[in-house]
Amino acid sequence: MKKSWKEIPEGGLIVEPHTSLENKTGTWRSFRPVWDPQKCIHCMFCVFYCPDNAIPITKDDKPKRLDTNLDYCKGCGICANVCPTKAIEMVEEGDDQ
Amino acid sequence: MRKALTGAYAAAEAMRQINPDVVAAYPITPQTPIMERFAYFVNNGLVDTELIRVESEHSAMSAVVGASAAGARAMTATSSVGLALMFEVVNVASGLRLPIVMNVVNRALSAPINIHGDHSDSMACRDAGWIQIYSENPQEVYEHTLLAIKLSEDHDILLPSMIMQDGFITSHSVEPVDVLDDEVVKQFVGEFKPKHSLLFDKNPLTVGALELYDYFFETKRQQEEAMNVVKQKYYSYAEELSKLTGNKYPMVEKYFLDDAEVAIVALNSAVSTTKVVVDRLRAEGKKVGLLKIRLFRPFPYEEVQDALKNVKFVGVLDRSFSFGADAPVFAEIKNALYDLEVKPKLQSYIFGLGGRELYERDIENAFNQLLSGDVSKEKRYLNLRE
Amino acid sequence: MKDLIEIRFHGRGGQGAKSAAQILAEAVMLEGKYMQAFPEYGPERTGAPMKAFVRISEKKIRTYQPVVNPDYLVVIDPSLIGFKDLIMEGVTNETVFVLNSKKSADEIKQFLGFDGKVYVIDANDIAIRNIGVNKSNMPMLGALVKVSNLVDINKVIEVFSQHFKNKLSEEVFEGNIKAIWEAYNGVNL
Repeated sequence: MKKSWKEIPEGGLIVEPHTSLENKTGTWRSFRPVWDPQKCIHCMFCVFYCPDNAIPITKDDKPKRLDTNLDYCKGCGICANVCPTKAIEMVEEGDDQ
Repeated sequence: MRKALTGAYAAAEAMRQINPDVVAAYPITPQTPIMERFAYFVNNGLVDTELIRVESEHSAMSAVVGASAAGARAMTATSSVGLALMFEVVNVASGLRLPIVMNVVNRALSAPINIHGDHSDSMACRDAGWIQIYSENPQEVYEHTLLAIKLSEDHDILLPSMIMQDGFITSHSVEPVDVLDDEVVKQFVGEFKPKHSLLFDKNPLTVGALELYDYFFETKRQQEEAMNVVKQKYYSYAEELSKLTGNKYPMVEKYFLDDAEVAIVALNSAVSTTKVVVDRLRAEGKKVGLLKIRLFRPFPYEEVQDALKNVKFVGVLDRSFSFGADAPVFAEIKNALYDLEVKPKLQSYIFGLGGRELYERDIENAFNQLLSGDVSKEKRYLNLRE
Repeated sequence: MKDLIEIRFHGRGGQGAKSAAQILAEAVMLEGKYMQAFPEYGPERTGAPMKAFVRISEKKIRTYQPVVNPDYLVVIDPSLIGFKDLIMEGVTNETVFVLNSKKSADEIKQFLGFDGKVYVIDANDIAIRNIGVNKSNMPMLGALVKVSNLVDINKVIEVFSQHFKNKLSEEVFEGNIKAIWEAYNGVNL
């Protein structure tokens, strides 16, 4: 439910952090990154380049990437483009998703 | 303390005592002496203000918007086409609910180019979401600037304010002005406490984010509500100031209206000149009166209706056009009287464009027309060559 | 004294008519009276004829119309006296003229076709001798104060000092003070 005019901060201010979490940009996607853990060398290129911070990683000294968070992935394909081992393939979203 | 000040210097004097954190301004006749004087205060260490020199009025308003959002008490001043150039950001200031206070020295808009006073500039901003207060003389310029700080900075209001004075007639006229002690003003305006601030809030703050049809309407509805709050809280601040100055600040001021059969409605310096004429005609036994509009936004409809309800004929003086429609002040007066069962008859008078002189005899002629019941649906013009 | 005294100064842009008007008004305020001083600007330009006005009253002054019928008319630049229409506008039989000229009052009365009170002083000469340049606004103010008795001349000098003691060189400042006194004492009543 969106809030009434009596409930929101004045002037369109955004007074709390993390509000971008509510904005699921995954709905924008027409191509989906499919990640192949076998080919991945965990170089972190895709993680750094992802404009939406949509690729989670483990909290280790030598972190490993995890599967893309499709709630936020807009399907821009930058990750596939920068991957040195071609471990990410952009697949067209079908009717079945 | 009584000082000899022009309207422009009276505005600068108020600014000195308010001691804003940031002032950004661009010079334009006849506003220039305000900033000239304030720059002198800055240069001599009489204020702590960061004075930002900018390359245009658009930048001036942008700079004070940024400063105000950051959490600073920010002020500026302008005139005429300077206000017009600001217009985009004037709406940003009110839309972001930033309590900026700006002195506007009324001057005609171009073209033809003209440096003299009329109200085309501030009236063009009447729907921009700013509190608008019109001043009769330098004394009121000074006091209205102090009052505006209190209104604007109230956390239930958070709207910017414009204080108007007539170009040259008020801005360049030296008069005795009673100035409060610095310490009294400091106490009155208090320390600026922003409700939200980019610099001082604990949480990160986003100012000026995109709002589409999902939230924009709600945000605008809030601005309208803030204007309602101005009306609710106006008198508490006005009375607080009255206690210091001994002067009164009703939203509309009644001058010999109680038993008046005809009345003139005016704002800014024309009010003063009209008072002289009212005195003279009263001495001749004529039942004339005056209604002065101090607060133009939010507009005090109920107060106007109450003040004019027993008057038979009302003339409204406008120093600007709304081309092809009722002039700005006239339209509001007509609105205010709509709900009365027995309505006064109205006459719209346009005067003083581009600094055209308003003589006492012009006002006297208007009063005499009203006294003889001579009113029409057409606009009439004072001191215009027909 | 009338309820409201109105004074019109004629000068040229840069000659200090506005300053003279303001100094007179401030001096009047020091005596507890109400005043108003304002210039009339056309296209602001050095040398262009301009006017400045002062109103004085025991009561608060409220009118903002231009001065219509001056009680006193001061011409700071002698060459402006030749503009008869400009000078005579709104003048009544009661208007008192205080003029900067080398001519006699009678000659000027004849030229203007005016039969009232005209006081003349050669303020250019006074200014050049005391100040070094023909800045005749302050000596003209001295002459006006003597003729009109509107304010104590010492108050005028007090206000002039407040405004200009730190702005002018000592020589020019003192010259102005001397010029005020010379005109004040020298105008023929």
